[in-house]
Amino acid sequence: MIERAELPAMPHGPHADAERHHHHTHAARSRHPGSHHLLTVEDLTVSFSMYDESRPYFRAERVMREQLHHLSLSVHEGEVVAVVGASGSGKTLLADAILGLYEPNARVSGRIWFDGEAMDASSLARLRGHGISLVPQSVKHLDPLMRIGRQVVGACAKSERARREQRMRELFSAYGLAPEVERMYPHELSGGMARRVLLMCALMDEPRLIVADEPTPGLDLELAVHALGDLRSFADRGGGVVLITHDIDLALSVADRVAVFRDGTIVEETASSSFDDPDLLGHPFSRALWRAMPQHGFAVPRDRGSAKDFDSGREGTR
Amino acid sequence: MIGTLRYTAVQVARFALLMVAVSIVTFALVSASPIDPVQANTGQAALLSMSAEKREQLDERWGVGEPLWERYGQWASDAIRGDFGDSLRFNAPVTEVVADRLAGSALLLVSAWLISGALGLVLGIAAGVRQGGLLDRAVCLYCYVLSATPTFWLAIVLLMVFAVQLGWFPVGFSVPIGASAATVSLAERLHHLILPALTLSVTGVANIALHTREKAIDVMASEYVRLARTRGEGGMSLVVRHVLRNLLLPAVTLQFTSISEIVGGSVLVEQVFSYPGLGQATVTACLGGDAPLLVGLALATAAVVFAGNLAANLLYGVIDPRMRREVRHVR
Repeated sequence: MIERAELPAMPHGPHADAERHHHHTHAARSRHPGSHHLLTVEDLTVSFSMYDESRPYFRAERVMREQLHHLSLSVHEGEVVAVVGASGSGKTLLADAILGLYEPNARVSGRIWFDGEAMDASSLARLRGHGISLVPQSVKHLDPLMRIGRQVVGACAKSERARREQRMRELFSAYGLAPEVERMYPHELSGGMARRVLLMCALMDEPRLIVADEPTPGLDLELAVHALGDLRSFADRGGGVVLITHDIDLALSVADRVAVFRDGTIVEETASSSFDDPDLLGHPFSRALWRAMPQHGFAVPRDRGSAKDFDSGREGTR
Repeated sequence: MIGTLRYTAVQVARFALLMVAVSIVTFALVSASPIDPVQANTGQAALLSMSAEKREQLDERWGVGEPLWERYGQWASDAIRGDFGDSLRFNAPVTEVVADRLAGSALLLVSAWLISGALGLVLGIAAGVRQGGLLDRAVCLYCYVLSATPTFWLAIVLLMVFAVQLGWFPVGFSVPIGASAATVSLAERLHHLILPALTLSVTGVANIALHTREKAIDVMASEYVRLARTRGEGGMSLVVRHVLRNLLLPAVTLQFTSISEIVGGSVLVEQVFSYPGLGQATVTACLGGDAPLLVGLALATAAVVFAGNLAANLLYGVIDPRMRREVRHVR
């Protein structure tokens, strides 16, 4: 991250709500209290230093492999922004970057603001569990040997424990989990219970922003809709949600805005309503995505040659 | 209830089978040994001046020339009745000799076992949670060097440095020379114990630390540690809440399987330090062709190792909720 002193207090000046600013346009619900975003990511580039795998083993040199390129994303208070892209295209790296989780061989550059304040690696690390929380994908993210109650409460000072246990019981009843679940271990949970427990782990810390990293795969449609509904109501209470997913249909059903992620960057950030009509979509890849949706005929781009066209279109959309 | 009975029955059957196998193998090895027990125990000079009658008498006493199955059959039929025979070398019942030696070794084995387990666990975790760090590299270096070092050689080096040159510890035995066992104080016993126990634990640490480190690295890379990190956990809290908890199971496995290594290592270490325990008795029994004693010792150590593995199996159920049902019913 760049030195904080160099950065302005906020990435953009005042502007009207419908105006295009900062790489995106607004959805009906997007708001700027204090005329800043809850989260702004600008020009984020993440690369990894690794051995060149195309060279013979002993002669391989360290090379930098860039996985995220000049990525920008904004989240307003009270909205769900879906980051939609193919599985394995590096979306989880975006979650890691927002949470300040960097591998030792990673080089990260770019600018991140949270609630109007410029962030660096250590201030992002301090926000983990104190402002930004992760809702992970599966029950594997729970410690297999710890009772659910203790995991939801999380690590805390002795003086905090009673208060947090109280909050945990409130969350249990709010999400319809029986008190017995407190004494269970992760392997005893059903899929639906595990999903609620993972969400409660995040809500326990009373975050302002939730990063949900593929929260729906492995759930049947009803559970997936529940999961997204819970995120929606968190946003409606004033929080921000970054919903990372590969499922554009589910994303459109809940998100205010959609950020189309492709090959390590976000090619277009637009209101979900733009997906009602392909002419409202600015980037060729977004339009291809629209055409590939089941209700629009499953059309798949013919070959890699057409993918090239998307790249040349990127400049024009910014 | 039925599950518990079944589990117990299976374990008893396993134990019996193990004892039979160990005794057969030991007998077979003794009879395959090129050592002539009469020569080994009376000496070359005595053997030469011995009358043919005397020689025959001794041959019979030591079982020379008797076919293996005949010898084993005799021993086994007595053993089933609880009579493990007499040690030819110590002129006492085998059970007595083994019990005596086991008592002598117990303190050494238990202290080495506990020290190597605890130290190995701590070093392994410290290295694993910061993979590639300075401490990690130091621990790895130590472990690789120690794993590559023969135990007896290390024992000799420690003996030379701390007993001979520095004179901090006695050169051997478990009690001061000339003192009767009844009058020796605990402090004196510990003083004699330190060097052999140190040798045994220092080499045992390497194995346990390296295994623990691998497992700690796995835990640190796990998804549940990632989630814990995103919730602001880190440092000691993370180690205590997640790493230690998930290392408990492999640590218990390692700790109880290391019993066999500690017992095996004690043979060499006791020999170097002239420490009168199980290990030294084993060497004596081997070199003297004392089959009954050797079988007795082999059975005793096999029983200790079996008990260790059984204890580990039972502990799994206590530690890991996922295995509780399996241990109770499936086995």
